[in-house]
Amino acid sequence: MLNFRPEYQNIFTAIQVRGHLEDGMPLPENDEQYRKGKPFFSYWIGKIGNAQIGPIYLGFLGFVSLTCGTIAFIIIGMNMLASVGWSPIQFVRQLFWLALEPPGPEYGFKIIPPLNQGGWWIITGFFLTVSVLTWWVRTYRRAVSLGMGTHIPWAFASAIFLFLTLGFIRPLLMGSWAEAVPFGIFPHLDWTAAFSIRYGNLYYNPFHCLSIVFLYGSALLFAMHGATILAVTRYGGERELEQIYDRGTASERAALFWRWTMGFNATMESVHRWAWWFAVLAPLTGAIGILLTGTVVDNWYLWGIKHGIVAPTPDLYPTVVDPSLAAGGAQ
Amino acid sequence: MNFALPMAAGAAALLGIASFVGVDWDMPPVETEQVGYRGTGMYVTKDAAEAEAGRAANVVPESPWEPDPEGERARDVYENVPVLGHLSDDEFTQFMASITEWVSPEAGCNYCHNPENLASDEVYTKIVARRMIQMNQAINVDWPQHVGATGVTCYTCHRGNPVPEHVWFRDIEPTPASRGYRDGQNVAGQFAGNSSLPQNALEDYLLGDEEIRVHADTALPMGTQTATTKETENTWSLMMHMSESLGANCVTCHNSRAFNDWDQSPPQRVTAWHGIRMARELNSEYMVGLTPLFPDDGKHLGPQGDVLKIGCNSCHQGVQKPLYGVSMMDDYAASLGDISPGDYEVKITPIEDPEMKKPESE
Repeated sequence: MLNFRPEYQNIFTAIQVRGHLEDGMPLPENDEQYRKGKPFFSYWIGKIGNAQIGPIYLGFLGFVSLTCGTIAFIIIGMNMLASVGWSPIQFVRQLFWLALEPPGPEYGFKIIPPLNQGGWWIITGFFLTVSVLTWWVRTYRRAVSLGMGTHIPWAFASAIFLFLTLGFIRPLLMGSWAEAVPFGIFPHLDWTAAFSIRYGNLYYNPFHCLSIVFLYGSALLFAMHGATILAVTRYGGERELEQIYDRGTASERAALFWRWTMGFNATMESVHRWAWWFAVLAPLTGAIGILLTGTVVDNWYLWGIKHGIVAPTPDLYPTVVDPSLAAGGAQ
Repeated sequence: MNFALPMAAGAAALLGIASFVGVDWDMPPVETEQVGYRGTGMYVTKDAAEAEAGRAANVVPESPWEPDPEGERARDVYENVPVLGHLSDDEFTQFMASITEWVSPEAGCNYCHNPENLASDEVYTKIVARRMIQMNQAINVDWPQHVGATGVTCYTCHRGNPVPEHVWFRDIEPTPASRGYRDGQNVAGQFAGNSSLPQNALEDYLLGDEEIRVHADTALPMGTQTATTKETENTWSLMMHMSESLGANCVTCHNSRAFNDWDQSPPQRVTAWHGIRMARELNSEYMVGLTPLFPDDGKHLGPQGDVLKIGCNSCHQGVQKPLYGVSMMDDYAASLGDISPGDYEVKITPIEDPEMKKPESE
């Protein structure tokens, strides 16, 4: 049945599609106990997704992951709260400024420095890593148990690789925890910019370039695909699977739109491969770029000069020379 | 569906959070000036309203009168005038009138002097003032690479305040930071442009002489540059202080594509380089030695008991050239400018006399 009602177009749709409360497919007997919670409908959640909440498959891995994640979260929060002398008002006010710092350069890659000299950071990193890795195994096993492909865990693994590169692999290669990222909002952005400044401008790092291509490309693909499907929901286009095996007027129009405007169109299947690869390659190439910085290349700008990727500019300031050369000492 | 209500509520919430956190937003219009080669993004931007306020706040005061350089020397007329004895009587009186207006317009002469005996050194502020006059003389003679021919006077920093408004000190707030590890950063740092960068970077660079350069000079790692991203954040904190102090941005002094490369840097960077060394010398040679003189009353020393120190904003006060580059040296060259060598020699030894008088009012 086609539905031409204009309300059925976006997240503020007036119509909520609700079936009966359901548990999902039966699980093997030993697994059944891990299906937790009594399902219920939520009107407001129904505005942005399926109105049914629960049941959730918890399991051992889920329990470990949530527990370790909570421990890490609390250690970070308590360190932030201690940073402002346990003042709840300043905690809220300066929340974006606060962070838990990694150990200073004087500790190298020591395990474990004093708690209040970065030890907390290492403990937090350990719990967060356990949390993320157990969550990864959980996504893998749930995918297999549902008879799905393992695309989601492998995409997640790409992000985990970047996370581990920033916080563990690269600090290990550099021999210093001081190279790692603090846990905090502004402070991790400070780290990002300081990292680029220290290593001579990450814009000349080719893997940084690639990562940006895939990141911006992901946003573009997401916008194109999301817009296309929303634009043909009035013809049932959001039922993508049906459209794949029985191409209806929605899919036909969506394909024609792109063929008319740019001469080429993805298919209902291939557009998701585009999106998956772009999304997976953004953190993967980014992690490679991070991994090479300081270990293999110390100044990307000078590396760029060496390899002819820096645009030359005329010498606008011929009188400027490094004053430390005249004064006889750097600083 | 009517979006007006949720949108208005969202905007109100955002503004509420912004005012609670205390953001420093620039309202349009913003003035933009291109300072580098096209395509390098080297634009110095200035908030037009702030620039206007800066012009109004940075006006040079007039000299009370034009002094006669002839006549008897001050050292022959007055007692105990070691650093200004070479002036004529009229020049000396004109300078005393000026410094009163610059530094203690409300308390007047008695801020530094015992009215019963003007020659007496019993009020500690007189010793401080003498040392500061020497500092002015040293700046104007030894630091032309930073202050040029414009020079400085007491007014450049004091602006009518007994304690200059823009100073820095050791900041360990919020205290007590018990077991949290933030490594001297990760709070809104008042001397780091309210960023979350290290709070006390100025101590390392404008008092100590820690290495500012964190870049490698080679494309590949040769083991010569061992600075980590942490030291880089420290350097960056100094840079934030500088740009906030001058109302400038990174590209005023750097081509941001290669921060370290002098060949691509505007000449302002050379001036700033000397400025860093000047502030370092003034703090270590002049300010620190005065520490025992100041009363620990919450106004004359920092909360950790260190002396209030000189930063870029002490003189610059938000504009690139202090007082918009207008020189006061025409009127004060004799007192604060070049003193011929041998004309004076003073050794200031900090006096720790508990009986020493505090200024009566401020």
